[in-house]
Amino acid sequence: MKIEQYLKIRIMSNLAINTDQSKSEPSSTDEFIKGLWKENPVFVQVLGMCPVLALSNTAENALAMGMATAFVLLMSNILVSLLRNFIPKEVRIASYILIIATFVTITDYVIQSISVDLHKSLGAFIFLIVVNCLILSRAEAFASKNTVGKSIMDALGMGLGFTLALFSLGAVREVLGNGSIFGIALFPEGFQVWVVMILPAGGFFTLAAWLLIFNMFKQKSTTS
Amino acid sequence: MKEEATIAPTNSIKMLRAMVGIGALCGLLIVLTYEGTLPRIERLRAEALQKAIFNVIPGISKTQAFVYQNNKFIPSDKKEADVIYAGYDDQGIFKGVAIPASGQGYADIISILYGYSPENQQVVGFYVLESKETPGLGDKIEKDPTFLNNFSSLDVALDKAKNVIMNKVTAVKRGAKTNAWEIDGITGATISSRAIGNIIENSTNKWVPIIYENRAVFKNKDNE
Repeated sequence: MKIEQYLKIRIMSNLAINTDQSKSEPSSTDEFIKGLWKENPVFVQVLGMCPVLALSNTAENALAMGMATAFVLLMSNILVSLLRNFIPKEVRIASYILIIATFVTITDYVIQSISVDLHKSLGAFIFLIVVNCLILSRAEAFASKNTVGKSIMDALGMGLGFTLALFSLGAVREVLGNGSIFGIALFPEGFQVWVVMILPAGGFFTLAAWLLIFNMFKQKSTTS
Repeated sequence: MKEEATIAPTNSIKMLRAMVGIGALCGLLIVLTYEGTLPRIERLRAEALQKAIFNVIPGISKTQAFVYQNNKFIPSDKKEADVIYAGYDDQGIFKGVAIPASGQGYADIISILYGYSPENQQVVGFYVLESKETPGLGDKIEKDPTFLNNFSSLDVALDKAKNVIMNKVTAVKRGAKTNAWEIDGITGATISSRAIGNIIENSTNKWVPIIYENRAVFKNKDNE
């Protein structure tokens, strides 16, 4: 793939997103679907890379982190949307961060009460959800301007898209780096695992491979 | 921001109202979740510790916490500093003690629990309570079978006067273990395996002489 061609497609797809948003009244289903494919937070918007790279080393971690983020995204979108006429413009970012931080703390307690082991493996990354730019960007760009119903659909779509993307990275990395999926060994004894895949470098490799595949599909669909 | 400022500055009462209102709401949500999940979190933590104790002293069915105060071991049910756990089998026979210890690893503080049997003068079990060692390399201290095998009978015998450990516990290269007090290390996780060696060495130096001296206290527990 030529670089110019790639860039052209990236720009075109970004334009497509922008015009879509300004178009009149997309339905709730559209708001949901866009997070899965056209505006996928990881593969298209490339947002929230820190947890994506750090916690996609096993399928279980990826799924747990994706769900935790989706929960925070959903709850903060609901609250921001409910309070959108109450929050003055000048203090909106501070208010959003406060709301997001609250739900992250709640998520931390809930995960601890689900499983000690899960909390052990997610560890410090739970609190980093506060600064996940995906959540703040949805609060600022969507929930603060739309009704509660639409914000819920938007959060569900984006959350699910984020979780799926994380899971697709985590599954590949665990299979190659650990020879297992969800902790269940896949290969016979003697399989030499690619340790690099579960180290940070493997996150970049896998992300690059997925972005390549994603953009190849997009390119095909735009040319045809 | 410039445009907004020229249109209509929101009065500060409104901003204050919004921030205080959201702050109060968030505070309430956090307190409610904390109170709601606390009993379950505490139960899960206690269960995890209990499981770890059973893990490090083979063949026990009952445990009792002891706290070391004024040069004496006193039965305790509180979680204080310097608590160790004695383990008993079905007949109530004293089998050994589980000792929590921690120290600097490669990435962060590693917390471990190990079992000590005064009868055999050996470390009889080992379990990692908390570690953030590199996945795929340093975290082998939790699951490498050869490494874990070190701790089924690690020699920490006292000298004739019974107040110092005769041979210091040391971690050596994989395959270089020749003495019962040496730990066969992990290739690719030299620092982590040495860290475990140091943690056990420091902790046994502190605890083994006093536990050995007071071993009768644990044995008499059921007769009291």
